[in-house]
Amino acid sequence: MNGIHDLGGRHGLGPINPEANEPVFHEPWEGRAFGLFASTFVFAGYTVDEFRHAIENMAPADYLEHSYYEHWMSAFEALLTKRGIVTREELDAKVAQLSREAN
Amino acid sequence: MQNAHKTLPEPDPAIRVRALESLLVEKGLIDPKALDALVDSYEHKIGPRNGAKVVARAWTDPAYKQRLLEDATAAIKEFGFSGLQGEDMVVVENTPEVHNLTVCTLCSCYPWPTLGLPPVWYKAAPYRARAVSDPRGVLAEFGLELPETTEVRVWDTTAELRYLVLPERPAGTEGLSEAELEELVTRDSMIGVGQPKSP
Repeated sequence: MNGIHDLGGRHGLGPINPEANEPVFHEPWEGRAFGLFASTFVFAGYTVDEFRHAIENMAPADYLEHSYYEHWMSAFEALLTKRGIVTREELDAKVAQLSREAN
Repeated sequence: MQNAHKTLPEPDPAIRVRALESLLVEKGLIDPKALDALVDSYEHKIGPRNGAKVVARAWTDPAYKQRLLEDATAAIKEFGFSGLQGEDMVVVENTPEVHNLTVCTLCSCYPWPTLGLPPVWYKAAPYRARAVSDPRGVLAEFGLELPETTEVRVWDTTAELRYLVLPERPAGTEGLSEAELEELVTRDSMIGVGQPKSP
């Protein structure tokens, strides 16, 4: 599918701006998201291709506006809810609870 | 695609990750310590210094270089570097006539065992878009100007096959040891957007 992820040859996306001495993770949450990748594969039984397909299924505007590990979060949530391992309601409730605790 | 309009909820990404991790821990599906170990491995152990060892060996050992170009996966595994996101490797050699550049236009495929996790720019839209349509312009943004006579070859990585560039050994390094040469090999030179450091 020639979706938004198929970026080769597109124009107008701006400069590359490589960062000098870039850290592996810019924020601790990126490391946790990374760790979920290998961990969730084990029990959820999805493949790398299925994982990438879930990223490619993001709404195009979301895809372009969100960072790499946010793409991963979208894929985890889509694949784990699809399998019934967690529900959208559980996720929303946990986000609400943690947001309240953070304030 | 499931929805053409924007659909993502917008919680703080840190909270979004904690929410999912907490739920999976509560359900007994993941061990936070296993996540700690993964993060530590990729922050401190698995990175471009691995690839630099491979390159320095290829610069000093012609038989190794031949093995590396013929069957990169096996030759890299001689160092113990293998596994996740490096299951099938190809090494492409830079020469005075040819410069190689690697990209993943569709996503972020990258040889983890030899280079670690990719930098943000490698995964972001501008590099993925233009590496294939304007490679010389991209190289110029990294400060690399090649002679017009040098052919630029761009390799688009897939989920199954990952590339590592074997940069040219810098001039004036005849007397250096393998360990000293290793220090000259940069991550960018193994992606193809830079050259190794000069001694």
